[in-house]
Amino acid sequence: MIINHPLLGPRDAQEFTYLGDASLIHRPDWQGEDASGQFHDYLYLRDNPAGQHRELWFHEVGDRSWLVVTRNTLTHEISNVELARDVARREGRGK
Amino acid sequence: MRYSGIRVIKEALSGHKGWGPLWRDPEPKPHYDFVIIGGGGHGLATAYYLAREFGESRIAVLERGWIGGGNVGRNTTIIRSNYLLDGNEPFYEFSLKLWEGLEQDFNFNAMVSQRGILNLVHTDAQRDAARRRGNAMILNGSDAELLDTEGVRKLYPFLNFDNARFPIKGGLLHRRGGTVRHDAVAWGYARGADQRGVDIIQNCEATGFKIEDGKCLGVETTRGFIGAGQVGVSVAGSSSRVMALAGMRLPMESHVLQAFVSEGLKPVLPGVITYGAGHFYCSQSDKGGLVFGGDIDGYNSYAQRGNLPVIEDVAEGGISLIPALGRVRLLRAWGGIMDMSMDGSPIIDNTHIEGLSFNGGWCYGGFKATPAAGWCFAHLLKTGQPHETATAYRFDRFRRGYMIDEKGQGAQPNLH
Ligand SMILES: Cc1cc2nc3c(=O)[nH]c(=O)nc-3n(C[C@H](O)[C@H](O)[C@H](O)COP(=O)(O)OP(=O)(O)OC[C@H]3O[C@@H](n4cnc5c(N)ncnc54)[C@H](O)[C@@H]3O)c2cc1C
Repeated sequence: MIINHPLLGPRDAQEFTYLGDASLIHRPDWQGEDASGQFHDYLYLRDNPAGQHRELWFHEVGDRSWLVVTRNTLTHEISNVELARDVARREGRGK
Repeated sequence: MRYSGIRVIKEALSGHKGWGPLWRDPEPKPHYDFVIIGGGGHGLATAYYLAREFGESRIAVLERGWIGGGNVGRNTTIIRSNYLLDGNEPFYEFSLKLWEGLEQDFNFNAMVSQRGILNLVHTDAQRDAARRRGNAMILNGSDAELLDTEGVRKLYPFLNFDNARFPIKGGLLHRRGGTVRHDAVAWGYARGADQRGVDIIQNCEATGFKIEDGKCLGVETTRGFIGAGQVGVSVAGSSSRVMALAGMRLPMESHVLQAFVSEGLKPVLPGVITYGAGHFYCSQSDKGGLVFGGDIDGYNSYAQRGNLPVIEDVAEGGISLIPALGRVRLLRAWGGIMDMSMDGSPIIDNTHIEGLSFNGGWCYGGFKATPAAGWCFAHLLKTGQPHETATAYRFDRFRRGYMIDEKGQGAQPNLH
């Protein structure tokens, strides 16, 4: 697989490590009500879809940025790559 | 028809005209007491033990494709009882004992071969860990022997002992481990179940559940609605997809694992060996091919095929352990979809929906579990209670903090 890094261009997927579903960006509020229930779901439960999947990849042997890659789990085809920072900001995380 | 030596001679003398199909091809009935979704090794074994051990007969197994087309026909056929943790080892020891009597039990030659498994160690720390694991195995009734370098050399003189980075310091030998012909396991269970009245319905995909007032009444399929007293889901890599039809999210990701077979060689590898310093394990099939594999590719996948970096990694591991492999040609490579759970251990449990139970999360190690998983799942479906060797395999262990994490990696499925 080739991941088209938004800053560096096409890079071999071997340069990256994989974390999992991009919903992991949305860490629950540890002071929220039912925080332990929410953390259980956050940490352990996954949609695990067959088809389009938004997922977090870390450019470990490159520029060490986190990416959100949209990839089809049935074909491995990658349709979109964004910096995780941009995604997180757009979705209301961080400053 | 019972298989026996006399039968083989009789058939040989009469032109082999008397062998019939191994199982019927029935039309689905409107209702069964037990409907098992997934005709892999686990689903078929579940139906077999429900009939043979628990005396049930109104049972159907629904298979989306054909019997043996899933992971049961794609794995590298290794069976073993060499786990460390309490929640696991009694279960795998139960499974290995069932393997030891299986062929007589279901009257089918599954080529169960206890040729021994050797886990190599390359550092002092690994040797300590192997000693600890060996003790845990022995405490649970399994067998283990710690070999030093010379002990390993006697069994496998051609390994790369003096590798400067990863010298072979010994290994943990599990003599009762070995290999089994995987297709024959599917066929043997299917035939045995069919003979006891189980309907094996192929080309029948479960597409939904009929759930009313918190109770599961049956399964929607591509061949119509099938009513059920109890539904058992046992679909390996498709676990999340099927349970999503019942509105459940599972502690699981699906990942692809690849395996490889070389051209046929003369007998060279008497048992199974695993490399302790790279992702590589290997055995030799009775046809002569070296059967080997390594780690999962590491990203979510339902594609049943992997990518080249893992092939390269496995080949490198193989050649660094067995330099003689350098001239061997690869014949085939393939992939299967693993139901990777969050702690690397399986689930055999009821769900919050009455009449709907689940067996899955077997990661890359469910083949060895086939007999016991079938037995324990049948026990759960029949009695509602977990079998004594499977009490730890609960959905709620993550919530309660009782993970069974053999590798100590945490909730990161691609590291298990
Ligand atoms: C390359 C590879 C190597 C492996 N090596 C080993 C090993 O050496 N030792 C070991 O112990 N384990 C090994 N495993 C793991 C082992 O093969 C699996 O854990 C085990 O086979 C899973 O159980 P099963 O046989 O029931 O799965 P499967 O054979 O996959 O059965 C599941 C069935 O469910 C069916 N299904 C899915 N969805 C539906 C639906 N909606 N309706 C109806 N049917 C459906 C599928 O078609 C499939 O036939 C390996 C796996 C792979 C891929």
